Amino acid sequence: MVRLINTVFNLVARRLDGPLSIVIVVLVSLGLVVIYSASGGTSFDRAMGQLRNFLVAITAMWIVANVPPQTLMRLALPIYIGGLVLLIGVALFGEIRNGARRWLNLGFTTIQPSEIMKIGMPMLLAWYFHRKEEGLRALDYAIAALILAIPTGLIMRQPDLGTSILIFASGFFVIFLAGLSWKIIISMGTAFLAFLPFAWGMLHEYQRQRVLTLLDPSNDPLGRGYHIIQSTIAIGSGGVFGKGWLKGTQGQLDFIPERTTDFILAVFGEEFGLVGVLLLLALYIVVIGRGLMIALNAPNTFSRLLAAAITLTFMTYAFVNIGMVAGILPVVGVPLPLVSYGGTSMLSMLIGFGILMSISTHKRLVAS
Amino acid sequence: MNHASTRVNPALQLKLQGWRARLLIILLLTGFATLAARAFYLQGLNTEFLQAKGEARFTRVVEMPASRGPILDRNGVPLAISTPVESIWISPSEAELTADQKKQLGRALGMELKEIDAKLADEDKTFVWLKRQISPEQAAKAMALKIPGVFQQREFRRFYPQGEVMAHVIGFTGVDDNGQEGIELAQQRQLAGQPGSRRVIKDRRGRIVEDIQHLRAPRDGSPLTLSIDHKLQYIAHKELKDAVAANRAKGGAAVVLDAQTGEVLALVNQPDYNPNNRATMKGGQTRNRSVTDVFEPGSTFKPFAVAAALEAGTVKRDTLFQTGSTWQLGPNTITDAHPRDAMTVAEIIQKSSNIGTAKLALQLPAEKLWTLYSELGFGTPPRTGFPGEATGKLRAWKTWKPIEQATMSYGYGLNVSLLQLARAYTLFTNNGQLLPVTFQKRDSLPIGRQILKPATAEMMSAMLETVVQPGGTATKGQVPGYRLAGKTGTARKLVNGRYVDDQHVAFFCGYGPVSDPRFIIAVSIDEPGAGKYYGGDVAAPVFAGIMAGALRNANVPPDAETSGILRRATVDSAPSPPTPSPRAELVSVQVAKGAGPSPRLR
Repeated sequence: MVRLINTVFNLVARRLDGPLSIVIVVLVSLGLVVIYSASGGTSFDRAMGQLRNFLVAITAMWIVANVPPQTLMRLALPIYIGGLVLLIGVALFGEIRNGARRWLNLGFTTIQPSEIMKIGMPMLLAWYFHRKEEGLRALDYAIAALILAIPTGLIMRQPDLGTSILIFASGFFVIFLAGLSWKIIISMGTAFLAFLPFAWGMLHEYQRQRVLTLLDPSNDPLGRGYHIIQSTIAIGSGGVFGKGWLKGTQGQLDFIPERTTDFILAVFGEEFGLVGVLLLLALYIVVIGRGLMIALNAPNTFSRLLAAAITLTFMTYAFVNIGMVAGILPVVGVPLPLVSYGGTSMLSMLIGFGILMSISTHKRLVAS
Repeated sequence: MNHASTRVNPALQLKLQGWRARLLIILLLTGFATLAARAFYLQGLNTEFLQAKGEARFTRVVEMPASRGPILDRNGVPLAISTPVESIWISPSEAELTADQKKQLGRALGMELKEIDAKLADEDKTFVWLKRQISPEQAAKAMALKIPGVFQQREFRRFYPQGEVMAHVIGFTGVDDNGQEGIELAQQRQLAGQPGSRRVIKDRRGRIVEDIQHLRAPRDGSPLTLSIDHKLQYIAHKELKDAVAANRAKGGAAVVLDAQTGEVLALVNQPDYNPNNRATMKGGQTRNRSVTDVFEPGSTFKPFAVAAALEAGTVKRDTLFQTGSTWQLGPNTITDAHPRDAMTVAEIIQKSSNIGTAKLALQLPAEKLWTLYSELGFGTPPRTGFPGEATGKLRAWKTWKPIEQATMSYGYGLNVSLLQLARAYTLFTNNGQLLPVTFQKRDSLPIGRQILKPATAEMMSAMLETVVQPGGTATKGQVPGYRLAGKTGTARKLVNGRYVDDQHVAFFCGYGPVSDPRFIIAVSIDEPGAGKYYGGDVAAPVFAGIMAGALRNANVPPDAETSGILRRATVDSAPSPPTPSPRAELVSVQVAKGAGPSPRLR
């Protein structure tokens, strides 16, 4: 009997990374608690929905964790190409919802192809640099830049600034870690700065407004500044120890917009205070630290680059969301990883962690 | 492995190039340290400020409406009452009505679908009145639909059960329930309730989530009992309205005072308006002419000059004055409408002789006349508290020229309001005492001011009684069975600085019963346009009509000799009336011809 239990446990847990799994479960549980409060504190609907999302996503994570990195490497190109085709499909036939063309109707279901790219982009670039590890030329960086630029551009045009930033970041981390020379980084940085005024012109009106609003939220307190003002007020009202679970006034009274999704941190910050926010940051640092450790110990270039990119993208998620809700970054649609309500982002996040776990648990086999 | 080649991927040599990994870790820690610092800034340093701002967003002090005090007549009949009503409002940004819901809502509120769509047109709005001031039952019907974004609010609506009859006295309130005219304005402080307030928590959509504390309970306004008698008011309104219509007059006013207390029992004006319907309130219709408008009182003013002369002892009742039809005073000519060669003081009053009055007034020093006039309240507001009370104009005696002293004695060259005029007649009903006037019910008799000797007042009353008797200018002011007294007046209007012949104001100011006066009634008819314009023809019948109703209403026993009634009745039925004729037309014609009968003096 004991043996049976051990066998089953091994079968299930063999490919899972212990520390990572525990922190993920803690973060998601925290999310459920806050979602319950943010959705009014009377109905379990939203929290149960998120629990369902989590169960689906963690199953996907388990499956991916059991896929060896070599297989993942082989899948890199098809996933990227498939994602790209779907993105082009979105640009041509996509459904417009809330003024943005992000969704594609496949007949049986509707999907948001940019989510596929969140995994596909770092995979393909990691695969690309893995293949080129013998001798890297400037041209290779140019091709890598192209691989990065095309989907990013398509997503930015949807428009979906938040996702395009994240996908750009995930690809950029790969290129950077692959050894992009300082000269290129500096010259690209300079070019980027020079390009900024033009980029400003290319931004959609609403995107420009968001940047301006960040600079001075009180400029438009009822319109675009509303989100930022309300969320900083909510976080600040929490004080050091918070008002207590279900006791946050700003959240409960509907003053915080999007309070189960992108702005969930405002509810969290009001109810759990500075202590809660610091705890949350610590949990994220644990996740990121563990991810970077996996990357450092990864056996080959593909695994190393991919693990690092996934981890750093996760960090970017957390940083952009917290920075936005705390009022130091512009408002972009980025959820608080593992905490915000939402099935799609949960799924892509946990698939990423599945890849990390696959890398961490398969390395001995690969190394041999 | 080629270490020298810069093209070689450094990742091959190292597990992860050291400085890049370190840089990333530094960046990571910096980024998170920034977030932690920001959190500390918001939650540690600015907590109080942000909490205050947060609280400002959800706690609200809301008013609890207080009911406005009712206005009652002297017998407790409600003249203005506040009824609770509900108003329905909608938040278009929140409400998303289906076509079916719109239809149901329209049915409940009695609104067209188009109207509802128009109200919902601006989807960014958070507050639009759908329908204001509807009955609680109707509101309940609309709220029973439970449509999100539709709310109700309790309000109070002022209702005036007497409508136009009371309009000018009561006035009206605005949408915000504050008095805007009449008593509603004058007594705003007493009538207005003190709205209560409570502190509540509201959510972003303005719904009240929780009561925190009651700050102040609403205090309803106090009821106000007026001196007005609603039955008398009704009678006066009807009589005046009929007379204005029959005479095709521009307007009219009537004031009824209690002769013993100075209380205003009725006060009506034409044209009027319905205070329950704002659409009828236009310009002059809302003006309370009897209080706010001034006019030259004409002959109704003569008794005061005569009283001054009697009081001063310069004349007696039977002192004879040479009158005639015209009298030259310097460059000015004074004329009489009912001329005779000579008249006694009593006849001057009865026949309303301008010449006689002027002569008698000129025997007195100007100061003496002025003192009496101003003691009677002319040139000062009557201080009833009514908004817009007219002061009238009475020039200082030092500037009077003789011709002015003469014309003022018969009511030209000064002006007064009808209320001032009626009040001055309290002299003759109170043994020479002038009473203050008021719109509020008195609990005790007021203290009057003795201005004339009682004997003078009694003598005046006897003379004024002859005015409505055969041979007087106002036989139409008689009410069978009662001894009444009064004075007619017919003032030509001053248009662009000239007195014109075709625009008049007809007056009558009188009281009764003479033996124990109960009512003083002043009537003015502005620009009668149906041929007749003399006070005795146009205003006196209104006086008689109101007086008859007032006496009947108060069950006042007749005080006249019954023979008078019988004789009058006989005369009325006779086909060919003997002299003296009770029919005013004939009297005035005869008087105009100078062949009138000798007035019967008591």
